[in-house]
Amino acid sequence: MSELNAVVADAAIEFHSVVKRFLRHDRRDESFLAVDRLSFAVAPGEMIAVLGRTGCGKSTMFNLLAGLIEPTEGTVRVLGHDPFREFNWYRGKLAVVFQNDRLLPWRTALGNVELGIELLGKEEEERRAIALGWLERLGLKGHEHDYPHALSGGMRQRVSIARAFAVNPEILLCDEPFSALDELTGQRLREEYTQLVRENGKTSIFVTHSINEALQLGERILVFHRPARIALEARVAGGDREAIRQRVLEAMNPNEPRLAEEAA
Amino acid sequence: MTTPWYKLRKETVLALGGLTLAWQFASYFFPPYLFPPVPAIAQKFLAIFLDPESLANAGATAARIFAGLAVAFLLGVLLAFLMGRSERNYRYAYPLLNFIQGIPALSWVVIAIIWFKGTEPRILFIMVATTVAAFSFQILDAYRSMSKDLFEMTLSFRPSKRDLFRTLILPTIVPGMLTAWKVNLGNAARVVVVAELVGATGGIGYQLLQQQQLFDMAGALAWTLVLVVFVLIVQQVITKLEDWLLAYRPRAERST
Repeated sequence: MSELNAVVADAAIEFHSVVKRFLRHDRRDESFLAVDRLSFAVAPGEMIAVLGRTGCGKSTMFNLLAGLIEPTEGTVRVLGHDPFREFNWYRGKLAVVFQNDRLLPWRTALGNVELGIELLGKEEEERRAIALGWLERLGLKGHEHDYPHALSGGMRQRVSIARAFAVNPEILLCDEPFSALDELTGQRLREEYTQLVRENGKTSIFVTHSINEALQLGERILVFHRPARIALEARVAGGDREAIRQRVLEAMNPNEPRLAEEAA
Repeated sequence: MTTPWYKLRKETVLALGGLTLAWQFASYFFPPYLFPPVPAIAQKFLAIFLDPESLANAGATAARIFAGLAVAFLLGVLLAFLMGRSERNYRYAYPLLNFIQGIPALSWVVIAIIWFKGTEPRILFIMVATTVAAFSFQILDAYRSMSKDLFEMTLSFRPSKRDLFRTLILPTIVPGMLTAWKVNLGNAARVVVVAELVGATGGIGYQLLQQQQLFDMAGALAWTLVLVVFVLIVQQVITKLEDWLLAYRPRAERST
């Protein structure tokens, strides 16, 4: 583990020498390495941005965190438990905001926000009040009874953020949720998201391929190289942002320093 | 959306009106046992609805269609889920269902007469045998078309199996189920007549046999119309149900 990670005590999230291999679809006897001895830790209430090029294993790390897949080697601990083997333990403790909004088309905006709370077994009156509160907070008052097809991309993504916050999870996982939105909407939602995470004291892991987004949403940035391993770890809070941007660019383009310079 | 019956398209009215007129025109040149006049057919058609015994015959056929489809639907749902849950189950069940689907309705009639004693078990067996495979395949297709993204999203909230079925699987397969009912209703209406022709003592098929023996073309057409009207009414009911259940879809994506 790196020096920065070594100081994280009572971590909310811990990856310890995690390896993940997948069988190849075309040649079943061969496998490819998606995650290579990945180790990091996240403190409770910390906001981490995971940055890397397409195909570097960010999504695999994300699925390991969400407990959707099992590591081949090593251990993943979220709130001290194994997210894959103790899958149901995380009901209401962990929520995910996906790249696309993934709203259920047969439910209204209100129904979609209620989904997670409903699965927690809360009474209808209580879950309605919670869902309405989150919709109002995210500027969707008046659209409670609209179906997803009647909402704009930004509004749908807001509903999906409300759905995640409504279950009041301890940990929020976000997989490039604003990448498909226009710049202005994306910027506004990033600000709203940061404010909500800070106000509610959530631990957040935000996967992105945008350096600006990582600088805005991460108190700490982890740059991944393929197969997923940490190439750079940088603390953003209190640091020189331009220097960090340059370091991140170099870490993302290790074989193309000129490209990194030009991009900077 | 389907055009409601009271807002028939101009083309529909012209096509059906043209057929009626052509039939009436032919009735002037052919004997009534070949082309009975339209008023005679209409009179017989109305008489069926005014005579309690005739209505009971129509009701018997309707009940047989519903019973057969209900049993085939339940079996189809069960088989679709077994196939959907395991690739191994699918590899065993698919060739069997495909084989069953290829057997003609008339062969099932012969098999039913040999295997079963009573009329009702025979008809029920024929109805189920001719529609179960289609129900299974249509519901399996709907189940398999479930979005992986929505499945992952729902799973991220850690639902129980019952909640997963209620919140995701059931709403996903409902459109497929309704389509399966609409398609199989037409098939069932055709098959039930064949089944009733052999051995039944009541029902539309039995009445058609009676008209054939009397050489009464007007009666045969009137009973045929009863069956067609029944199918159209039930299809309208399913379409209404579909519009209500799938109201969340943009209008252009609903039943056409």
